[in-house]
Amino acid sequence: MATEHGAHPGNCEEVFALLSEYLEAALPAGTCQEIEAHLADCPPCIEFLNSLKRTIELCHGCESEERPRPLSGEAREGLLAAYRQALAARREGGGKRGQ
Amino acid sequence: MAPVDATGEADLARRLMAGEPEAFDRFVEVFRTKIFQYSFQMCGHREDAEEVSQETLLKVFENFDQLREPERVRAWVYRIARNACLMKRRKSVFAPAQELSLDEFLPPSGQDGAPRRLEIADWSALPDEEVLRGELRQVIHQAIGELPEIYRAVMLLRDVEELSTAETAEVLGTNEEVVKTRLHRARLAVRRKLDAYLRSRKN
Repeated sequence: MATEHGAHPGNCEEVFALLSEYLEAALPAGTCQEIEAHLADCPPCIEFLNSLKRTIELCHGCESEERPRPLSGEAREGLLAAYRQALAARREGGGKRGQ
Repeated sequence: MAPVDATGEADLARRLMAGEPEAFDRFVEVFRTKIFQYSFQMCGHREDAEEVSQETLLKVFENFDQLREPERVRAWVYRIARNACLMKRRKSVFAPAQELSLDEFLPPSGQDGAPRRLEIADWSALPDEEVLRGELRQVIHQAIGELPEIYRAVMLLRDVEELSTAETAEVLGTNEEVVKTRLHRARLAVRRKLDAYLRSRKN
């Protein structure tokens, strides 16, 4: 099964391996054209592609509805103290280390 | 809380770096929830996720002078959160390391060169957006939660949090090709769970 960029997807298995990258337009133009040539003649692959596309769309913005407990005053103070210290270090020396 | 996109996050980091007083609480509000949701899915335990959120933010602020490029704040924060999650590893959730094979998601082909018969649900019958917020959302979260750890992390970062491939690779300490391979397999696994859900709704 070909999975590399520049592969020549000619059958369902080869196309199947490349569908995510195809949907993200992350493949070379030639590979895209070969996938499209296959899809034009393969309704099952189109159906599968559409269901994969819908899966991705559904996941976008599907953050959990779980929320952390409210931040305690003590925890906030700890974070604020660390932030102020780092800010002071940044102002003094432009940062201790590189990123 | 209004959602904040990548540009908004970078802007928030820029304001924080400039020492704008109101940026601190906003930054905490935005990232604390994101880190909590990511780590809850990764660790599987609310208490662990609460601790990871606090530990990550503390580390973020302690090392804030290291952040030079506000555009990289997302990848930087998630990388710290990911390491904090790894410290909470519980065998029941993280082990054993499991690889998903592409072949296991390939629909069965017809015999003797017969046309491939694809038995998939009718995706045009997907519930509308309102229902999505309930039942379907649960199915997606459960499907992602059941993925092996290395796939779950990629799926959460790329498709839920919508980090780029490069950012995801940076968070996970791997390369973009590995991210792409794992993402495709994770998507196939989640797609299969959604397909099974749609079939069960029909029956």
